[in-house]
Order: sequence, then structure tokens, then C-alpha cells
Amino acid sequence: MLILDCPCCGRAADETELEGGGEAHLTRFGPGASDDDFERYLFLRGNPKGVHFERWRHAYGCGKWFLAARCTTTLEVFGTYAAQTTAPPPEIVAAIKARRPNWEAPV
Amino acid sequence: MRRYSAFAIAREALRHHKGWERAWRSPEPRPRYDAIIVGAGGHGLATAYFLGKNHGLKNVAIIEKGWLGGGNTGRNTTIIRSNYLQDPSAAIYEKARSLYETISQDLNYNVMFSPRGVIMLAQTHHEVRGYQRTAHANALQGVQTEWIGPERVKELCPIINLDGPRYPVLGGLWQARGGTARHDAVAWGYARACSAMGMDIIQQCEVTGVRSSNGQVMGVETTKGPIDCDKLGVVVAGHSGVLAEMAGFRLPIESVSLQALVSEPIKPCMDVVVMANTVHGYMSQSDKGEMVIGGGTDGYNNYTQRGSFHHVEETVRALIETFPMISRLKMLRQWGGIVDVTGDRSPIISKTPLGNCFINCGWGTGGFKAIPGSGWAMAELMAKGGSTLADAFSLDRFREGRFIDESVAAGVAH
Ligand SMILES: Cc1cc2nc3c(=O)[nH]c(=O)nc-3n(C[C@H](O)[C@H](O)[C@H](O)COP(=O)(O)OP(=O)(O)OC[C@H]3O[C@@H](n4cnc5c(N)ncnc54)[C@H](O)[C@@H]3O)c2cc1C
Ligand SMILES: [Zn+2]
Repeated sequence: MLILDCPCCGRAADETELEGGGEAHLTRFGPGASDDDFERYLFLRGNPKGVHFERWRHAYGCGKWFLAARCTTTLEVFGTYAAQTTAPPPEIVAAIKARRPNWEAPV
Repeated sequence: MRRYSAFAIAREALRHHKGWERAWRSPEPRPRYDAIIVGAGGHGLATAYFLGKNHGLKNVAIIEKGWLGGGNTGRNTTIIRSNYLQDPSAAIYEKARSLYETISQDLNYNVMFSPRGVIMLAQTHHEVRGYQRTAHANALQGVQTEWIGPERVKELCPIINLDGPRYPVLGGLWQARGGTARHDAVAWGYARACSAMGMDIIQQCEVTGVRSSNGQVMGVETTKGPIDCDKLGVVVAGHSGVLAEMAGFRLPIESVSLQALVSEPIKPCMDVVVMANTVHGYMSQSDKGEMVIGGGTDGYNNYTQRGSFHHVEETVRALIETFPMISRLKMLRQWGGIVDVTGDRSPIISKTPLGNCFINCGWGTGGFKAIPGSGWAMAELMAKGGSTLADAFSLDRFREGRFIDESVAAGVAH
């Protein structure tokens, strides 16, 4: 059972309270963008086996979005953080490095 | 390869069964092959088989990190049907279904194809309209399906509860020549035939890198050393993203865990496959008597081959409403497989940004039924650079907005 700490309301939320929103930190593209940019934004995903930055909504709790860093093979959670960020904050990166010294941030 | 037959059984019985040969060889890799297939699941093995059988390409290796058939091919609930909505889907799934009709004879290996019939229940008015539409589309596509009323559903499956409290059965989409097959046997049968053609199946060998030069694939790095090839076919289902990263591109795919479970064996009580997509559960009875039950997918990326417990609870709850008599059944086993899900719930059989590297993936929750057709199409694509069955499923359809939208048909069901 996956449990994530919602940074919005501070509660430890069970996965049945949550809704996954897929990969985080995607660069958004709008009208006028190239087909390649649109494809990358809308469809292409890293889908890593290992550390994954992802969006979650505390759907049956406070209803708000947040982000999490989690391992897709062990389900280990490295931390959760605010949705209003464009890259993982330093403390999350440090928490990952502490557990996975060889891990490198995806480009 | 020595053929299996009733005579062979009698002959071996007289020799105390000491004369059976191994079904496939387990060679060490050679330094170079014309083509390498990564992944010895059903789709990878069928691709290799048709490369040899239809295109005469036999200098082929199939590289598998675990044991052959140990991925989703050996973990699925074996439902075979071809009642999809869109034309390209109907074409490839019906090709596959029709190949299943004769696969045991073609491979000289009994895959126990059992065209017992598949009912997809309509339990909302929306579903009624949807399945009637599919029945009409199938009529135009030459796929034999039929819309049936509740009485006929009950006739075909007497243990069903038609007027469940929440979702009464309003009818169903019936495909009489759909059914099931022995999943392992499909992988084993293709493996035996590939080995007999001289192909090398290399198990316990993980591909760890893809080598390329000037945008062309040169070979792969593996845990048994580097191996060169002219053409590379990547057929690794849930691990497609991992292989794509090695080859330097991204895919429109996310991997999630999908679960199934089986009950203790009971006497025969159900000789069709029933899928109930509204309440989200489906069931068939295996030849051993176990009720084979398909569960849900996790709502987040993962590679755990396990799945979340609450999906088991949801599935069982749904099925008890539909089949009240199973409420006292004990469940024996539960497992998960990593399924590769695309945005339009249709597969990808395609060239890739890397020259001479091809990919077959995205079958998600429903690719067992497609194995022979998919191998046929992928082999044609790899050998000739194009394939009528495969072309619509190319990777650039996402870029071009040319989706093959089966999200209703395949996103839930299997
Ligand atoms: C629980 C469950 C129920 C299902 N029910 C149905 C159903 O009823 N009907 C239906 O049609 N479909 C069903 N499916 C879907 C179906 O199982 C799959 O679509 C299909 O089996 C995929 O076959 P494959 O050959 O592509 O993949 P797999 O059988 O998963 O084979 C891929 C292989 O690639 C290997 N591999 C991965 N990475 C590497 C590497 N780096 N190096 C070497 N080898 C590697 C893996 O070990 C694996 O053996 C179900 C799936 C699940 C999980
Ligand atoms: Zn919250």
C-alpha cells in the first residue's frame, strides 16, 4: 500500500485517497509550438524504472495537486513537495542521492 | 525437431519416456546475427518465427533477460477476441485470432486454443449503445460478432445474475469464436519452432545497452557481452521505456502493474468467457477448474509485478454481484505483470528514430490475443520496411494526431 504525505494538508494519504497524474516537470507547450514539442509534452514519457518525479492529487482529501519523488520498482518514497515548482527542490534531490548514490537527474 | 504425435507418445511410453528431446536448444550467443529480437515473450518469439517462416530470415537471436514466456505472456488471463472498434485494430486482432485457429497444427504444439466464446456484458445504456455500434462496425470489418439480449446471456452463462442490484445485465456483445488458449504453450510452441529453424534463444541474458553509429543500430550490449546485428527488434512490453532510453528516444508509453487471480478448482460451471467492464471484472474457468479472474491496473507508474491490494477487493466485489455463487470461493494465487499502456490504448509496431531498430510494444492489458498477428506484422515490417497490418500502428501517429482510439474497448478489458 502506497502512502504519500500530502504537503498541502499535511495528512498521510493512502493510495485509495489519491489519484496519480503522471510525469511531473513537463514543459508545457501551447499554440504555435512545433509538432515535436507538442508530441513531447502531450505523449512522450521517460517511464523510468527507478526514480520517478510525478504528479498526484489528494482527490478524496484536500483535493489539491502536489508532486512526489518515488521509486517505481521498490515504491520507496523520497519525498513530496509543492506542485508550484519546475524542478525537484534540493532537499528532495539530496534525499534521493542519500539512498541512490549513482542516480543522476534525467536531462 | 522430432514431431509430436499420438504415435510419438506410444513410442516414448515403450521407452519409459527417455527419448523425448529438449523442446529448444540453449546456446551461447554468437558474435553476430542478421537480426536480434530483444524479449522472448509471445510477441518477440512470434516475430522471430515469422521472420524465418515468411521471410526466410533465420540467422536470428532472441535475447531474454529472464526465462522465455516469464513476462506478461505467462501472466495473463488468456482471453482471445477481435471485437475491436477501429478498422486497423479489427484487421490485426482478427488476423491473430484466425491464426490461433490453426496454430497448434502449424507449430505441431498444442496451445489448447479453446474458442468457447466471449461475452462482453452491457450493464449501462451507454454500454448498450457502444456495443451495438461495435457489432455494426465488426459486421463491416468481416469480424463475426453479435449483439445479444439478456435471455441469451443467461442461456450462454447460467451462473450469471441478470438483475444485480446496481447494474442489471442489459445484453452483451458476443463473439462465438473468441475464447482462451494456454499462454505458456504459445511461447513454448513458438520457441520450439524458432529453435528448429536454427535460431538461438538466449535466456538469462539481459540487454544493457544499444550500440549505434551514424544513426544506425550496430548491436546490443548484454550481460553475456556485446552482440552485433543488422536489424534490431525491441519487443519487451513493460520494459519498452527502459530499452528506448538505451536507444536514445522516448515513447508515448507508461508502465503500470496489472493483476490477476485464480480461485481453488471447482467443477465445471462456466464454459464461456464473461467480461463485465462497467463493474470492472472478468472471469473464465480453466481446464483445471480454477476460476481465472482479471483485476485492475494500478493508477501510477510502477515495475513491481505485484499490484495494489485494493484492486483485488474491487474486482472480487464486482464479480460477486455478477456471479453470486462464487462468494464462498477461496482464492489461490494472485500476481501482477507490467503492462505498457499508450494514450490511445492501441499498440505500436514501428520503425524508430534509430535506423534499423524496430519496436513492437504498447499492447498494454490486451496483447495475448494478438501474438500471432503481431508477430506476422512485425516480421514483415522488419524484413520489408513496411506492412499493411502494421503501418497504421506507427510511432508517428501521436505526432500526427492519427490515433487509433480503442480506449473504451481495451483500456479496461483484456
Ligand atoms: C494480469 C494480466 C492479464 C492479462 N490478460 C490478458 C488477456 O486476457 N488477454 C490478452 O489478450 N492480453 C492480456 N494481457 C496482456 C498480455 O499479457 C500482454 O499484452 C502480452 O503478453 C505481451 O506480450 P509481450 O511478448 O509483448 O511481452 P512479455 O511477455 O512481457 O515479454 C517481454 C519480455 O521481454 C523481456 N525483457 C525485458 N527487458 C529486457 C532486457 N533488457 N533484455 C532482455 N529481455 C528483456 C522480459 O523479461 C519479457 O520476458 C494481460 C496482462 C496481464 C499482466
Ligand atoms: Zn491533502
